[in-house]
Parts: sequence; C-alpha cells; structure tokens
Amino acid sequence: MSATRLKYFQTGSFAAGNRLVDPDQRSVQSDPGRANAITCGHRACQGCGEALGARYALDAAMRATGGDLIATNATGCLEVFSTPYPESSWQLPWIHSLFGNAAAVATGVAAALKAKGNTHTRVVGQGGDGGTVDIGFACLSGMFERGDDVLFICYDNEAYMNTGVQRSAATPPAAYTSTTQAVGDEPGATWGQGKSVPLIALAHEIPYVATATIADLRDLERKVQTAMEVRGARYIHVLVTCPLGWGAASADSIKLARLATETGIFPVWEGEHGDVVSVTKIRHQTPVEEYLKLQTRYRHLFLPARREDIIERIQARADRNIARFGLLEAADDDPLDLQVEAGS
Amino acid sequence: MFEQIEGSQAVARAVAACRPEVICAYPISPQTHIVEGLSRLVKSGRLAPCEFVNVESEYAAMSVAIGASATGARAYTATASQGLLYMTEALYNASGLGLPIVMTVANRAIGAPINIWNDHSDSMSQRDSGWIQLYVESNQEAVDVHLQAFRLAEALSLPVMVCMDGFILTHAVESVELPGQEQVDQFLPAFEPRQQLDPEHPLTIGAMVGPEAYTEVRYLAHYKQMQALDLIPEVAGLFEQRFGRSSGGFLRHYRSDDAGTIVVALGSVLGTIEDVVDELRDAGEHIGAVGIRTFRPWPADEVRAALAGAKRVIVLEKAFAIGIGGIVSQDVHGALAGLPISVHTAIAGLGGRPITKASLRQLLADARAGQLAPITFVDLNHALVDAEIQRMLSARRSGPHAENMLRDIGIVGAGPV
Ligand SMILES: Cc1ncc(C[n+]2csc(CCOP(=O)(O)OP(=O)(O)O)c2C)c(N)n1
Ligand code: SF4
Ligand SMILES: [Mg+2]
Repeated sequence: MSATRLKYFQTGSFAAGNRLVDPDQRSVQSDPGRANAITCGHRACQGCGEALGARYALDAAMRATGGDLIATNATGCLEVFSTPYPESSWQLPWIHSLFGNAAAVATGVAAALKAKGNTHTRVVGQGGDGGTVDIGFACLSGMFERGDDVLFICYDNEAYMNTGVQRSAATPPAAYTSTTQAVGDEPGATWGQGKSVPLIALAHEIPYVATATIADLRDLERKVQTAMEVRGARYIHVLVTCPLGWGAASADSIKLARLATETGIFPVWEGEHGDVVSVTKIRHQTPVEEYLKLQTRYRHLFLPARREDIIERIQARADRNIARFGLLEAADDDPLDLQVEAGS
Repeated sequence: MFEQIEGSQAVARAVAACRPEVICAYPISPQTHIVEGLSRLVKSGRLAPCEFVNVESEYAAMSVAIGASATGARAYTATASQGLLYMTEALYNASGLGLPIVMTVANRAIGAPINIWNDHSDSMSQRDSGWIQLYVESNQEAVDVHLQAFRLAEALSLPVMVCMDGFILTHAVESVELPGQEQVDQFLPAFEPRQQLDPEHPLTIGAMVGPEAYTEVRYLAHYKQMQALDLIPEVAGLFEQRFGRSSGGFLRHYRSDDAGTIVVALGSVLGTIEDVVDELRDAGEHIGAVGIRTFRPWPADEVRAALAGAKRVIVLEKAFAIGIGGIVSQDVHGALAGLPISVHTAIAGLGGRPITKASLRQLLADARAGQLAPITFVDLNHALVDAEIQRMLSARRSGPHAENMLRDIGIVGAGPV
C-alpha cells in the first residue's frame, strides 16, 4: 500500500476523503475481501470510535499478515462489547486474560511461537488507555524494553469508559469524568497530570512508534502495515472518540477526531528507534474551542459562565504541540488551497 | 543417576528434562536458584528449543506463561511469598482458562513483617485459586513430583503448583537421583492442548460470561479437580512403575495404621516428625504420622480412611488463617465429620522458626496428658507477647510491634549483627 498523502478540506462532512484517491486505494467497508477481524453484531455504542479503530487496525494487520495473526486483548469496552457470551465478533484467534496484562500475554504468545520455530504467525496486543497507560503500563514497558515481537495498539478514548467514564492518566486536563467532576474552582481533570505513552514508548527506542486517529483511517491502516513490516516491539496509539464518555453526538465521532488533530490537541506522528521521523501536518489550525464545545465533558468551560482562562490554557497546550512537533504546514500554491484561503 | 546437588538445581534439572518451551523468570528468594539454573541451561543451548523470558514482575511472569500456554507451549515459572501474591490475579486467570502451567513455589512467609524464611503462608493463601497443589517432603520428591506435575496438568488442562519448603529444601545439598532424559520423554507425553490460539482455527479464549453460565464454568473447574482425584494416584503409580520410587500421590502414611495419635503435616517437617514418632514408638506409644502430599484437590476419603482409627489427630501447620485458626485443620475436620476423633491445630515454624524434636515432644506430651488446647502456637514466646500487649494497652503510640519485640529480646540496637 503506498502512502498517498491526502489533503483534507473541511467541506463540512469531515469524511475521510475516499473520493480523492484512486478506486483501488479506497477503504471500502463492504469490500468482500475485507478480513473483518471484528465482524458485525458486537455491542459497541453507536459511533464508537474504538470499534471503528480496532476494526481498521486489525483488518490492516490481517491484510499485512495474510490472516496469520493472534490478538491479545485487555479488559475494557473493546473486550466486553466484542465477546458477550456465547458470541464473539472476533474472526481471528483472540485471547482476553486480564485488565493489566495484555502486553505480557502477547509476549507469551510471541515466545511460544518462537520456541515452536513459527516465524510466520504475528502477534498484536491491544487495550484501552486505562489498560495501556495505567494498569497495563509495567507489562507494556517490559515488553518494549525486551524487544518482544509484538505490536501493541492502544485505543485511547481518554478515560475508563467500560466502568462508567472514570479518569485515567490519558484524561486531558479540565475534562469532566465521573471521578473528576465539573465542580469547584478548577473543574474537571487536574492540570499538570497525565502522561504521553507514545513519547514514553519512543524513549524505549523501539523500532516503531506511531500515533493515529480514527479521522484518518487510511493513515491508521498504513501505520499498522508499516508496523507489521518490522520485527520487535512496536506501538501505535490511536485516538478514538467515545460518544458516551465525551458527551458527543455519535455522528460527530470522526469530526471530533479530526478536530483533535487540526487543533493540535492530538499530534499525529511516527517515530523510529527513539526519533520522531514524520508528523502529519495541519493545513489550517482550528481554535480548540471548536473541538471543546462539541463535548459535554467540557460544558463547564462555557456554562454557566465562560472560563476563558481554562480555554486559553488548553489552547496553549495545543499551540505547544504544534510548535514542538512542527505540525503546521507551510502554505503552498495548491489551487484548492488558495480557494480555501480565499474563503470560498 | 545419583548426584550430590542443591534442591533448586535438582528441580531446575528435572524441569529442564520436561522440555518446557517457555520459562518466565523473576527473582525472589528462596526460589531464585531454580530459574538461575534454568537460565544457564537455556543460554548454553542444553535446553532447546526454549524461550527464557526475564519479565518485569511476577504478574508478568504468570501472564507470559498464560499467553505461552494458550499458544500451545509447555510453560513454567517459579516464585514464592510476595511474588505469589503479586501474581494472584493471574493465578486465578490461568486456572479459570484451564491452562496447564506448572509452577514451583519455594514456600516462604509473607510480610509484613517482611521475612524471607520458610512457612506455608504463601501457597495456603492460594488454596482456592483453582490450582492443583502438591507438597513435597524431600528434594528427591521435589524432582519426582515436577515430572508428575507436567503430566497431570496437561492431562487435566489445569495448572499445578509444586510447593517445596524454601531454604530447607531449595538450598539443601543432598543426594538426589536425577531422571534420565529418555526416561522422562517416555513418561511425559507431548503436550496436546485442549484449546490453542491458532490462525488456522481461530478461537476466542477468555470471553465474558454472565450469570447464565458462570456457575457452570466454575463447576467444570471443580469437576476437573475431582478428576484429578482419580488421576493423581494413577500418575504416581505409573511413576513408581517407571522410576522404581514412590513419590507423590495423596498421602504418606508413617506408622499410622494402628496409631491412637496421628500427626498430620505437609512438606519437609515430616522428616522431623517421623524421627519423633520413632522415638515415641520405641517408648511404647501408639503414634504415627500422615503427610498430606495433595492438598488441592483435597483427598477427603483417603484422609478419612487414614485417620479413622485414631483417637486424636494433631494437624501441624506452617500457616494459619488469622481470626480463626488452622487452614488444613478445617479440611481435616471436614474429612472426619461424625467420627469420635479430637482434632487439634498446632501452628509451628512460622517465618522460618525451626520446628525441633524437643518442641514436638513437648506438644505430644501435652496431648498425652490431655492438656492440648484446640489451637496451640508451638514455641510462642508468651512473655514477649504479653509485654508487647501491655505496651499496646498502656500507650496509643506504642510503636511498631516487630521493632519493639526485637528490642526486647536484644537484637535490635545490640550493636553490629
Ligand atoms: C484489576 C482490575 N481493576 C479494575 C477493573 C475494572 N475495569 C474493567 S474495564 C475498566 C476500564 C477500561 O478502561 P480502558 O482501558 O480505558 O478501556 P475502555 O473501556 O475505555 O475502552 C476497568 C476499570 C478490572 N477489570 N480489573
Ligand atoms: S462507552 Fe465509549 S468506548 Fe465504550 S462502547 Fe460506548 S462509545 Fe465505545
Ligand atoms: Mg478508555
């Protein structure tokens, strides 16, 4: 799969821009050749970004390996909505053990394959942000540090959704969760906390680290493909929308993920062996407010009174991401660009 | 072939002879020598193919073993004490998923106060984890029972814990007959998993199960342990036939057939108990001992048959359930229901305190005199405890018990030790 660089224009649809690529390069949900790693009938909420992200990521991994793939899964929404007994949405060998050990179980699978001389079957571990950046972090870091032949994918919806939207170390400051209530002088999640596991993964100097979002599924697919071409410990951190936990319309899932990147709130980049090697540029920086106001988890920033101070702090964080990763694209003379600039 | 060898090294060699394909290692005394030995065997290529994974915690050790076992590999790890507790969540998961992992527990006390020496608090805390628990008396038995453990685990699709006394066995150098590779290969069939992560036949393992079938899944775990009640003696019998030694099985009977008083115990302390039994037999007493080799599943019928003729049973335990008393004693009580036998609990050997022949003789003398309480803390320093209780009652900020009592007996602050 070639890495066609797509330029997205905000036409109001926020759709992935399929019509801009050649037909043979398009993502097609109903393609009969799809692996359908997660098949229909699962119990995810309408508009669940995690279901979408996991499906595209695992389908890409299935394609990359010719279906020769084993997945391990942490406890969380993805596990619960995909395997309500006696049904399973998984079309590939899949194991759920515990909340905090998906990376270690994946290590065990990889070790067993290695001991058996099986060099063709590949391993993916996956979990939510809680299962990755909090309770599963030690196992994940151990897997990275040993260089086990595992791709771990985190579907980051920025809170413990499965247990009713509690704060995790991936919850952004000021966001409401059920354990960071929107009360007091500093409503929502505390400032100065949390961690960036993609950067921590990078610090392990593993061969491949990437971030992605469900707004650009082609990019996610390409990154999974790239990850599967490499051996050793690899990590992809996917921002996935959660309509229920974010208090957003199901129809806005893709739009929110795109706004998260276009505001600079969620930088999209790739790293190799400790260095960032590419970033997805933003063509037109969108003010964070556009992103915040679509989610009731930030409602307290606008009601009953506007909290300019907090919105500014969030904007400053986004600006820092843009500066730090060099996210803003230099203007070019693309005729479409010029039209957009002209406000047509 | 007999070798003069440390218990841990002997276990490492026995485990290696079982050809594990994945070994997970995390250090904790007194288990560490076992995985160190295995590390050397793997690194030198003498144990191959085998992946030796240096994990970052015991939780990861058991989790890696879970992933490996579910992929059809023979998986092994070893731990003790805090490490066993640290992997508790994964222990229940391994048994719940029916994964035949074998693990050595080098029995050690649990903190606080932190204590590296031997007792059975660690493995007893996992009594209900769904693992088969086998206790060994000697290093020879440790070697033999590990071979049996892999066979049992894989036949039943259940994990097995081999419990051996930390230091007392793991660090003791004695003569052990190590099995030949060919012999082991003949005894232990290739691992044929009941369920396996395999892209050719995709399976979902570890799905969520609600009230509609959870009871049934748990019942099946119990059913498999009941199956183990048939299989354990069968495997021990086969072992004896092939190797010419009796090891494993449910119980060890020592001069207990006609005994009025029987001491029940687990692990290496049986050696001391048997010596005392011999002395008292020489003095004309009708006394014997019964060793529990299989604690889970609980061989209730065999325990009842072994103890039915006695008037008095003393269960000597290296662990206890705080707030009630003996752990093994409760099961012995249950097995003897309806029989006119008085069952006493003797808690001994906690945190590595030696269980001496003199202490045992005293315990048995008290029993003979009809002075044995339902529960006795063998060799408890009553004066020390009483003084600390007084301190506790007289001042709110009386300080940490451990430090206070060590000061009382003159170890802390007594200069360099
Ligand atoms: C050891 C342990 N602690 C807590 C839980 C409860 N628990 C299950 S799923 C979950 C939240 C999962 O959050 P995350 O990993 O972010 O995944 P999401 O549901 O948001 O996709 C929690 C707290 C558990 N199952 N195990
Ligand atoms: S709560 Fe959120 S993550 Fe969970 S299924 Fe619903 S939308 Fe998806
Ligand atoms: Mg989450």
